[in-house]
This record gives sequence, C-alpha cells and structure tokens, in this order.
Amino acid sequence: MKTLVEAINGGLHEEMERDPALMVMGEDVGRSGGVFRVTAGLQERFGAERCVDTPLAEAGILGTALGLSMVGWRPVVEMQYDAFSYPSLEQLITHVGRYRWRSGGRMNVPLTIRMPYGGGVNAPELHEESPETYYVHTAGIKVAIPSTPADAKGLLAAAIRDPDPVVYLEPKALYRDSREEVPEGEHVVPLGKLRTEREGTDVTLIAYGAMVKVAAEAADVLAAEGISAHVVDLRSLRPLDEDGLIEAVAKTGRAVIVQEAARTVGFAAEVAALIAERALFDLQAPVERVTGYDVAFPYWRLEHLYVPSANRVVEAARRTLES
Amino acid sequence: MSVVPSEEEPRRVIGDDEAIPDGAIADFGDDELRRLHRDMVLMRVFDERAVIYQRQGRIGTYAIYWGHEAIQAGAHLALDPSRDWVFPSYRESAIGLLRGMDPATVLAWWRGHPDGWWNPQEHRLGGVSVPIGSQIPHATGAAWGMKAKGEDGCAVVFFGDGATSEGSFHEGINFGAVMDAPVVFVCNNNGWAISTPFARQSRAQALADKAIGYGIPGVRVDGRDALAVYDATRTAVARAREGGGPTFIEALHYRTEPHGTADDTSLYRDPAEAEAARADDCLARLEGYMRRRGLLDDEAASAAREEAAERVKRAMRDVEALPDPDPALVFDTTYEIPPAGLVAQRDAALGVLGAR
Repeated sequence: MKTLVEAINGGLHEEMERDPALMVMGEDVGRSGGVFRVTAGLQERFGAERCVDTPLAEAGILGTALGLSMVGWRPVVEMQYDAFSYPSLEQLITHVGRYRWRSGGRMNVPLTIRMPYGGGVNAPELHEESPETYYVHTAGIKVAIPSTPADAKGLLAAAIRDPDPVVYLEPKALYRDSREEVPEGEHVVPLGKLRTEREGTDVTLIAYGAMVKVAAEAADVLAAEGISAHVVDLRSLRPLDEDGLIEAVAKTGRAVIVQEAARTVGFAAEVAALIAERALFDLQAPVERVTGYDVAFPYWRLEHLYVPSANRVVEAARRTLES
Repeated sequence: MSVVPSEEEPRRVIGDDEAIPDGAIADFGDDELRRLHRDMVLMRVFDERAVIYQRQGRIGTYAIYWGHEAIQAGAHLALDPSRDWVFPSYRESAIGLLRGMDPATVLAWWRGHPDGWWNPQEHRLGGVSVPIGSQIPHATGAAWGMKAKGEDGCAVVFFGDGATSEGSFHEGINFGAVMDAPVVFVCNNNGWAISTPFARQSRAQALADKAIGYGIPGVRVDGRDALAVYDATRTAVARAREGGGPTFIEALHYRTEPHGTADDTSLYRDPAEAEAARADDCLARLEGYMRRRGLLDDEAASAAREEAAERVKRAMRDVEALPDPDPALVFDTTYEIPPAGLVAQRDAALGVLGAR
C-alpha cells in the first residue's frame, strides 16, 4: 500500500534503473529529496550526476534540460511548485514544444516536466496554482495528471517513456491523502485513456487530478439521494480520450465538469465544447461547469470558497436533473 | 581559477597597415589562413546574395549579418564539427555552411519552406533561435550533457549585446559555470539591438566583465579581427575540454547594416557612423593581412568570391525548384505520437485542401 508520493518515488526509482540515460534534475531534488520528498533516495542510489541539484533557475532548468536531451539524455525535470514553473514557460512555448517541428520531425524531445499543483497545503500565494491550461494550449506538449497512487506510477512511466515532452502534474492535495495497492514492477498506464472511477446512470461527473476525489465525494452524496453518478477521471488532457469522454456523457445524457483552475478558457470549456460538437443530441440538460473563479487563488483561509467542493458539484448535478 | 576585470582594449592580431603592426598567433599556418578566408568569403557572399534575394521576393524577411563574418567564421574554425555543438541565433543562421550544410537549406529556411528545417543532432547545430538569448541554456545543457557522458565535446553559443539584458543569459551562463560545463559564450557586441544602442542596454564598461560575477574568465576581442576571435575561442575550447569550464568572449564591432531587411536605420542613427564602420570591414582586414604576407592577390580574391557566388546562386535555384511543401508536414512534425485530436484536425484540414 502506497501513497501517491511513494508511488511516484518508486516509479522514478524503477525508471532510472531501467534507463541509464534518465536524469532527474531540479531545485532541491538531490540532497534533500525534494520539498515533498518525491525524489527522496534517488541521489543516494543513482549518484549526483543523475539526480542533480540545480541552481534556482526555472527557465535555466528547462532550457538546459532541452540541451541535455539533444545530446542523448532523457531529463525528468522538477518544477518545485506549479507557479514556479511560470519563468520556464518561455522555454516551454518557444523551444520545448517546437523543437521537433523545427527539426522537420527528425529530432524528438523526450523530456518530462513534473510539478506539484493545486491547493490544499496552506502555503503562501503562488504555491497552489492549477496551470494545466497553459500547457495543454501549447503545441507539442502532452499533459498527464494522475489522481490515484497506481495511476501516478503508471502515468509517470508513460510520460517518461513517451518520445514527446510531457508535463506531469501531481495533485499535491492527494500526495499523502490515502494509500492503495500499486502494482510492483512494470506498470504503464497509456496516455489518452480515461479511467472510470465509478459506474452510474443518471449524471456523468468529469474530473481530473485532485477534483476526482471531490467528484467521488459528490457521487456519495448523490447516491444517498438516489441519484446514480457516473464518475470519470480524464487522466491525461492531451492526448484526451475523446471517444471515452463522449461515451461517458452519452451514457447519462448529463455532464458536470469539475476543474480547480479558473473558469474562463479552462479545460472544462474545451470538454464542454467537445460535448457540444459530438454529443449534443445525447444531452438531456445543459452542461454544467464547477470551477475556480477568475481571480487569484485566494488566501488559504478562504481557499475552500475557490476550490470546487463536493457540495458545489452536487448542486450542479441536481441542476442537470431538474431540466 | 581567478578571474580579473577585462582589458579595456579588445585583443587584436591583424594590423591596419599603418600605425598598428600585424601580429601573429601560434600554430596557425598559411593553409589555416586560407581556410579561414574561404569560410569568411562564403559567409559574406551568402549574406549579400540573401539580401538581394529578399529584395527580389525570393526569400522572406532576412536578418543581415554583413560584417559579422569574422566572429562567426573565426569562432567556428576553433571547433571540431565531429564533436562540438553550435547554438546560433538568427544572426548566425548560415553558420551551418561552415560545417558542410548546403546553402539551399538556409535559403529554404528564410523562404519559409520546410526543407530549411534541419536535424540538430545530424549537424550538431541547434535550430535558428529567434527569442533573444533563449538558446544560451541549450548550449549549457548540451555541453554539460556531453561532459556527464564522458565525451569531450563542447558547445559554443552566439548571442548579441541585447541578449545580455535577458534572463536566459543570466540563467544559462550561471548554470554553465556552476556545472563546469564545457561551453563557450560568444557575445557578438555590435552595438545595436535593432534601434537600441548599447548605452540603453547596459551600463557595464565591458560586457566581458559580467564573467567575473559568474566566476568564469571573460575576454574582449576585436570582432573585426578573425584571428583574434579564433585565438580566443581556441583557448576557451581547450580550457573547456580540459575541464576548466566556460569562458565568456565579447567580440566588439559595429552593426553597419540594418537589423534585418525590414529595418530602416535612418530612423534612429546617423548614416555617417555606419559608413565609417563599413570602411573598416572584417573581410577587408583579413584580406589585407593575407596580401601583406603574399597569400592573396586580386585574382585569388575574386576567384574565391565567384566560387562562393556560384554555390549560393545554384542553391537559390535549387530552392526555387523545390515542390510546394506537403501540408501534412505541419501536423506530422509536431509530435512523434500525435494525440487523436490532432489527427482529426489533420484529416479535416487536408480534406479541405483536397490533399487527400
């Protein structure tokens, strides 16, 4: 039984064992094992050459990682926190996502960018962002977000082994939230296949990352009212399991999309648009979005107002059933 | 290694046939000199032809490098293309010619044709970097990566004086210094970032002095002096290979030409200044040096130009004969394993185009 942190840590150990070209790098990842201990033990096991404490320079980290990949390394970069990745966006947008295209498709950029994301740790500002939209919107980039320890290991393996650059967002609120069985040894969860968290017939709750747990809690409340919620975890936003998503919505005819990020042009908007394009005539009710708001992520004493709660999801689900 | 403030006068080897006598550099024979000359002539002719082709509408907007050939060819000659990487900005778009790249590739790049996109790993040559200074960390990473693999290659990265104001400059150099990466930072200080003069870019007396803050050696060379640039780069490369870490080289000169073919310098500077600088041109300096040593005459100089011009003209014709690019390339080059959503976009777009 492992927590999500332990699952990622174990996965990193196995991937580094498997591929001698894999290099973990970032701020405080080596000697201290990372601020969330995700990389604990890697430097002792694989040496300071392959688990590298870098200068405090996010654009420099991602830019050098790109250079490392050009000469044959497979870097796994840690951004210490979600918002700390913003200085690296220049490298991500202008180079990491474009270099394969710029090479006429001849050179791959097999690097992984890991970072904890989202609220729930009572930290000062800029430690609780949900930046997935920036990444999904960037051509050439893939985005994976696990919500369970087993998926954390399996999606990490897929992200690391993928020949394209993958941003791997770790829901920090779930880091030590619960334990579950994580398969030993080879365990790869392919990108682009959603997971059904629970089967249901009345309304489909669509979530990813930390919001899967919120959706599941909402489903419990709804079940007590006799409403059967179907809950899906998207697992990766790009590639997105569009067919699985449409099938899950068509099954109930009602859709509630839950996202922690700010509302406008968030990933829920993309999901809603896809449903409109491909499942409009299956719908029994307007699509609902439960999201953060178009404000800075609040002081943590008020963050419960911002982060979608099970209660808000339940209300949205009820609205779809009133139609 | 101790570092000291840079010398005020940039190093110079080639004299002016008047007050400044010709110097010499060690272990550099007449054959090497001829090779350097050929390289510079090829670069010069390519640039001059490219400006003409832009005016003729045969390539798109083009970043002119006329007068920068001493820096590019001088630094490149100190490298071993079989193990050393180069990371160019757009100002060095044609530097691949010095390691065997067909001029047609570079012309295709400026023509917006996908045949101009090359595999960096094939040539050990980064793609043309457009965002200022952003290629500096790539060079650090490649250099560090080679060293970490036990290889003895190094990396050279080019950028301008404007780039020294960027965050990537700081992060890339600091990272390289901390990692002891075998990387050479070549700053082409031509005094102008489009219309912004050096004085609005930095208060530093010498950009090379910035090296002190990173704990690495910084040297200033005359950017019109190919031998001085070569010698400084050779020293830096040797230090890098021996594990001595990075070097910062500031090559000083003056950007006599517009930033690019879309730039009008009359809006922001006195044309007399550029005229004066143009008279002291890097290729003329090298040719004067060779003539004084009996290594070049009018016939050989014009033959070198004609040979290069034929190569570039043929390349332009080759590029114009290329078939229109395959629209599928837009989609197929972005990912090795494309997301299903992108495949659907591709099929829809190609369907509209009637391409399938």
